[in-house]
Amino acid sequence: MNRKSQQKFDRLFTLNIPILAMLIFTLFPLYWTINTAFKQEGEIVQRPLSYLPVSPTIDNFVTAWTNVGFSTYFKNSLLVGVCTVLIVLVLSTLSGYALSRYKFKGKRPFLLMLLCTQFIPRSMLIIPLFIIFKNMGLISNPLSLIITYAAVEIPFTTVLMNGFISNVPRELEEAAMIDGCNRLQAIRHVIFPLLIPGIVATSVFTFIYTWNEFLLALMLTNQQGRFTLPVGLSYMMGEFNINYGALAAGSVIALIPAIILFAYAQKHLVNGMGGAVKG
Amino acid sequence: MSLRQEVNASVVSMKNSKPSKKFKIDKWIPYLFILPSTLMIVTFLFYPIGTVFYYSVQNYDVSAPFYNGFAGLDNFIKIFTQDKLFLPSLMTSFKWVISQVGLQLIFGLAFALLLNQKFRFRGAVRAAAFIPWAISGVLASVMWSLMYNEHMGVFNDLLMRLGLISESKAWLADSSTAFAAVVIAELWRGIPFFAITLLASLQSIPEELYEAARVDGAGRWKSFIFVTLPQLKNTIVLTTLLRVIWEFNNVDLLFNLTGGGPAHSTTTLTMYIAEQAVHGSNFGYGSALTVIAFGILLVFAAVYLRITRFERED
Repeated sequence: MNRKSQQKFDRLFTLNIPILAMLIFTLFPLYWTINTAFKQEGEIVQRPLSYLPVSPTIDNFVTAWTNVGFSTYFKNSLLVGVCTVLIVLVLSTLSGYALSRYKFKGKRPFLLMLLCTQFIPRSMLIIPLFIIFKNMGLISNPLSLIITYAAVEIPFTTVLMNGFISNVPRELEEAAMIDGCNRLQAIRHVIFPLLIPGIVATSVFTFIYTWNEFLLALMLTNQQGRFTLPVGLSYMMGEFNINYGALAAGSVIALIPAIILFAYAQKHLVNGMGGAVKG
Repeated sequence: MSLRQEVNASVVSMKNSKPSKKFKIDKWIPYLFILPSTLMIVTFLFYPIGTVFYYSVQNYDVSAPFYNGFAGLDNFIKIFTQDKLFLPSLMTSFKWVISQVGLQLIFGLAFALLLNQKFRFRGAVRAAAFIPWAISGVLASVMWSLMYNEHMGVFNDLLMRLGLISESKAWLADSSTAFAAVVIAELWRGIPFFAITLLASLQSIPEELYEAARVDGAGRWKSFIFVTLPQLKNTIVLTTLLRVIWEFNNVDLLFNLTGGGPAHSTTTLTMYIAEQAVHGSNFGYGSALTVIAFGILLVFAAVYLRITRFERED
C-alpha cells in the first residue's frame, strides 16, 4: 500500500465509520418516530415491522391535531414561549448593557448572584413555586409559567447579551452621543441594529427552553385545556389505551418548531456556548 | 443570604446619594438596568428556595390541614429512620448521575474530536449531531418508548432479525433492563451538550501549541494528552459540575419512560421528590427531602471544586 491509500484507509477508521455510527445513533429515533407517524393504524403493530410506511397517511396528524387536543397544547406552548421571550429579551438586554458598559460597585455581587442561580436544582423549585402560585391564584394560568421561565432563563441570557453587547465597539455609541443623541437614542439607533443576531440567538435559546420544559409545567398546570405540549404528550403516554400513531404524529408536530429554530441558530450555538461557559 | 443583602445595600446606598449634578444620574443607570432582573431572580428563584427550608420543619399536608404547624425535625427523623425508599433512591441517584455524566463526557469528547476534523459536509453533520440537544425530555421519551415497545418496538425487531433474541422483550417493564434502557435514551439527549461545549473549547486552542508539540516530536496521542486535555481542563471541570447538578435533578425521562418503576428500580431521589410533589400532598415531607438533596449537591460542589482546583479565567 502506498502512503496515500494508507492515509485513506486510516481515515476510514478515524473518521468515516465513527461519523456514520454517530449519525445513525443520533438520527434513528427521529426516523422511527416519523415512520410511525405516517403509518396506518393496523400497520404500526403488524409483524414483521415495516421500515417505511406501506401506504403513507396523514390520518394520525389529523387525529392528534383535532381529537386529542394537540391544537390546544400547541397554542398554549406558543403563548407561553412568545411571552417569555419578550420579557427575557427586555430584561436581559438591560442588565447585559449595564454589565457591558458600566463599572459599578454592585457588578461583582450581581455576577455572583447570576452564577449562584446556575447551581439551584430545578427540582427544588417545584414545591415552593406551586405554593406561591397557588396563593396568588395563578395555578393553570399561563402567567405562572411565563414568570417562572423568565426568572430561570434571565441569568444565562444576561451573560449572553453581555457578550453580544461587548462585541459592539463603545466608540460607535459615543460618536452618536457626540452627534447629539441621548443614551437611549444611541442604544436604539446604533446598538440595536448591530445586536439583532444576538437577540435572535437569545430568543431561540429561551424559546426552546420554554417549548421543552416539563416538570414545572406539570406541577403548575392541572387543567387539560391549559397543558403545554410536553405535559400533553406525557398525559397521552400515561393513558391506558395509547394511540401510538397519534402519539408519534403529535411528537412530530411538537418537534417541528424546535428543529426549525435549532437549524437556524445552531451556527451561533458553538460560539455562544463557548462564550457563556468561559465567561 | 449575604449576596442578596449586598445587592440590596448597593441599591439603598444608591438611593441615598442625592444627585446634585446631572452627570450623577449616570451612576444610577446600571442599578436601574439590573433592578428588574434582580427582582425576578430574587423573588422567583432565591425566595422559593428559602421557603423550602421553612416548610421542611413544618407539617404541611394539604389533605390533613388540622395537623399543620411546626414539626421540628420530625420530617428528617422520619426520612432517616422509617422511609424505606429514601436510601435506595439515593443510591439510584448516584448510579444515574455517575453513568450519565461519565458516559456523556466520554462520548461528548469523542463527538467533539470527530467534528473538529476537516471533512466534507461538516456543517450539516455537526447540525445533525447536535439535534437531540433541542429535543425535550418528554419528546425523547416518546421516541424511545416507540423503539423499546414490546409489541411494535424496532429494537425487538432488529435483535430478532439478527438472531440475538428469540422473543420480544418489554425492555422498560423488566427491572433488569429498565435502568439501562433509560440511561441509553438519556445519553442520546445528553451527549450533544458536552459535544457542543467541548467543540467550542477545542476551537479556541491555539494552533501554535500543536506545532510546538510536533516540533518536540509528539505524535497524535501525545499531543492529545499533553496539549488538548490540559487546554480543555477548565471546560471539562465546569461542564461536568453543571451536568452533575442537572442530571441529579433531571426526571423527564424517568418520569415518562418508567415512572420510577418497575419495583422502584428507576426511582432516583429527585424522582421520589417529584412523585411526592405531584401525586402526594405532604409538602412538608417533600420539602425535607428537597433540603437533603440540596445539601448533598452543595457538599458535592464544594468538594469537587476543591479536588479539581478549578481556577476561574479572568
